[in-house]
Amino acid sequence: MTQTDTAAEVRTSANGEAFEAETVVKSNEEVNGEYRLLILDAPQRILNCRPGQFFHLLCPVTTAHQPYLRRPMSIYGFYPERGELHFLYKVTGEGTRALAELRPGDTLNVLGPLGHGYTIQDDWQNLLLVARGVGLATLAPLAQEARRLGRKLTAICSARSPEVLMSVDLFREMGAEVITVTDAEGTSGMEDIRATIEARIAAGEVDALYTCGSNRMLKLLQDIGAKHGIPGEIALEQQMACGLGMCQCCVRSFRRDNRIVHERVCREGPVFDMQEAMGW
Amino acid sequence: MVDLTAKIGALTLKNPIMPASGTFSEDLADVIDMNALGAHVTKTITREKRGGNPTPRVCEVRGSMLNSIGIPSKGIDYFIQNVIPFYQKYDVPLIVSISANNADDFARICEEISVPGVDAIEVNISCPNIEEDGKAFAMRPSTTHQVMTQLRGASDLPLWAKLSPNTGETSEVAQAAEDAGADALVVANTLLSMAIDIHSRKPKLGNLMGGLSGPSLKPITLRMAYQCAKAVDIPVIGCGGISKAEDVIEYLIAGASAVQVGTATFINPTAMITIIAELEAYMAANGMADLSALVGSVRDDDAADAVVFMETAP
Ligand SMILES: Cc1cc2nc3c(=O)[nH]c(=O)nc-3n(C[C@H](O)[C@H](O)[C@H](O)COP(=O)(O)OP(=O)(O)OC[C@H]3O[C@@H](n4cnc5c(N)ncnc54)[C@H](O)[C@@H]3O)c2cc1C
Ligand SMILES: Cc1cc2nc3c(=O)[nH]c(=O)nc-3n(C[C@H](O)[C@H](O)[C@H](O)COP(=O)(O)O)c2cc1C
Ligand code: FES
Repeated sequence: MTQTDTAAEVRTSANGEAFEAETVVKSNEEVNGEYRLLILDAPQRILNCRPGQFFHLLCPVTTAHQPYLRRPMSIYGFYPERGELHFLYKVTGEGTRALAELRPGDTLNVLGPLGHGYTIQDDWQNLLLVARGVGLATLAPLAQEARRLGRKLTAICSARSPEVLMSVDLFREMGAEVITVTDAEGTSGMEDIRATIEARIAAGEVDALYTCGSNRMLKLLQDIGAKHGIPGEIALEQQMACGLGMCQCCVRSFRRDNRIVHERVCREGPVFDMQEAMGW
Repeated sequence: MVDLTAKIGALTLKNPIMPASGTFSEDLADVIDMNALGAHVTKTITREKRGGNPTPRVCEVRGSMLNSIGIPSKGIDYFIQNVIPFYQKYDVPLIVSISANNADDFARICEEISVPGVDAIEVNISCPNIEEDGKAFAMRPSTTHQVMTQLRGASDLPLWAKLSPNTGETSEVAQAAEDAGADALVVANTLLSMAIDIHSRKPKLGNLMGGLSGPSLKPITLRMAYQCAKAVDIPVIGCGGISKAEDVIEYLIAGASAVQVGTATFINPTAMITIIAELEAYMAANGMADLSALVGSVRDDDAADAVVFMETAP
């Protein structure tokens, strides 16, 4: 029997500071049928972000939509020099529908930056990420960081069809090599992705793996990582209330030192060690 | 100058605004100045380590929320070694919330948590008591009296009894707690509730049911705070649905001596800071020197006891 326990160690946020701040919407355009890009004019103090961190958004209450709790969104881009904060989101329910109604000039209250983002250790020269759907939002800032640190990055971008592939240009601009795979072309199956990754590993071109969200991808990358001894990180999602670590509603289970531990996605995460994460 | 100090028995708070248990932790120090608060109230702990309930642990209902977090606890040793020292950095009284499944365990943790650094103990008697078919101690005057008597014998620190809205005997429960030696009442905890997803037909909480908190709870807990203030002589601390200074003022007028802010902090982590500033501004604008200008000032002229202590809608 494994023992259930909460984390022994209390971590504080990356920079120990988060802000509740008013921002102004610059634009909020559709990217394709399902996704929108929200660009906010944000105060400098909230733009000291790390890739993989998120903000907790107070979605507007409109006549049609009355969200109550905040909604967590990964930072898709942060540009202190332009005073901009970007989110890429999929319209799914009450909160994101309300977000979609925001027009340029409207204000949006945001809380952040929150959580622990991705790490790039000094000896991780060749990075490989696998992203699909809104996962691209979470992983995009990693490309920026990889370029800043002069690391080589390969991005496998997956989507239903070539038309709805997103962020390919963004990754290329960041100097990443982009491999696109789609359901429509029959190239996005787990075994195809495995073959692609293992070929690169054979060529000695992978020091660390990164992904987010999907259970299937977690299983695949855990398996590849364990087999070849390659470390990795995954960003996870869980429903949140406070986003700060106070309410304990966002816990997930992790395997650590032969025990099951519970950690808060908003605080200890959202980015976790790939091998410690557990499927759901 | 407005004097915001609130006296809760022997304790003096610099202002009447404090967090509600379970909606506050060390983590809020990332966002607000913790020294600005009237008191620090920690999440309920139990003696032993506990895991808490299945997810989803929260869901929203229009303008409010339900939670079934339960009481995941790292245990008392962890708390004494790690949490109490954190709060000792601040010049703010520390109120520790405790609970247990039965009266003996409750008394034990009450004794063990009575350590330097703790200024008062909030006893969460609104949690299920396994010896009474899972009914909360605070649902009945008899079980309230029993557990409070045992707790009183276990500690010399001020004891604040946290009552439950899941009772039809509010004033009797309040009097039982007072009679058994409670120093203050916190009124109240969440109200048992449910929500179902009509598409999947599944309950929205992993635990089926949970507690309602947020603005829609306020009329209920405000009514209870009013009744408790009428029924007992010890201070009443209002709790439920507070999100702005007007809500605080309403509780004070009803008879509360201080208040706790819960869910509002999830929506605006700076809510308590804003409320303190707004309360001060309101009192200054209305020429009020201190809280006595508000506390218990409700104009319920000559209402009969039968009306004040009603337990059903007329
Ligand atoms: C750390 C983190 C980062 C995220 N980043 C992005 C992103 O960059 N882009 C994006 O489109 N989405 C992202 N999500 C998912 C996003 O938070 C949800 O899609 C959104 O909360 C749905 O809200 P809704 O009101 O539209 O949907 P509803 O289904 O009406 O939401 C009901 C409740 O469930 C919660 N919820 C629903 N789906 C999720 C989910 N997948 N994760 C967590 N809570 C959920 C909502 O917050 C809300 O409280 C992220 C989630 C997390 C935890
Ligand atoms: C997520 C959550 C967790 C809570 N945990 C506790 C707890 O551990 N102990 C307790 O006495 N009350 C707990 N409460 C109840 C609050 O302290 C408070 O009584 C209730 O939420 C009503 O106040 P509000 O409407 O301002 O939130 C919790 C409430 C919420 C929303
Ligand atoms: S959302 Fe409250 S602890 Fe994570």
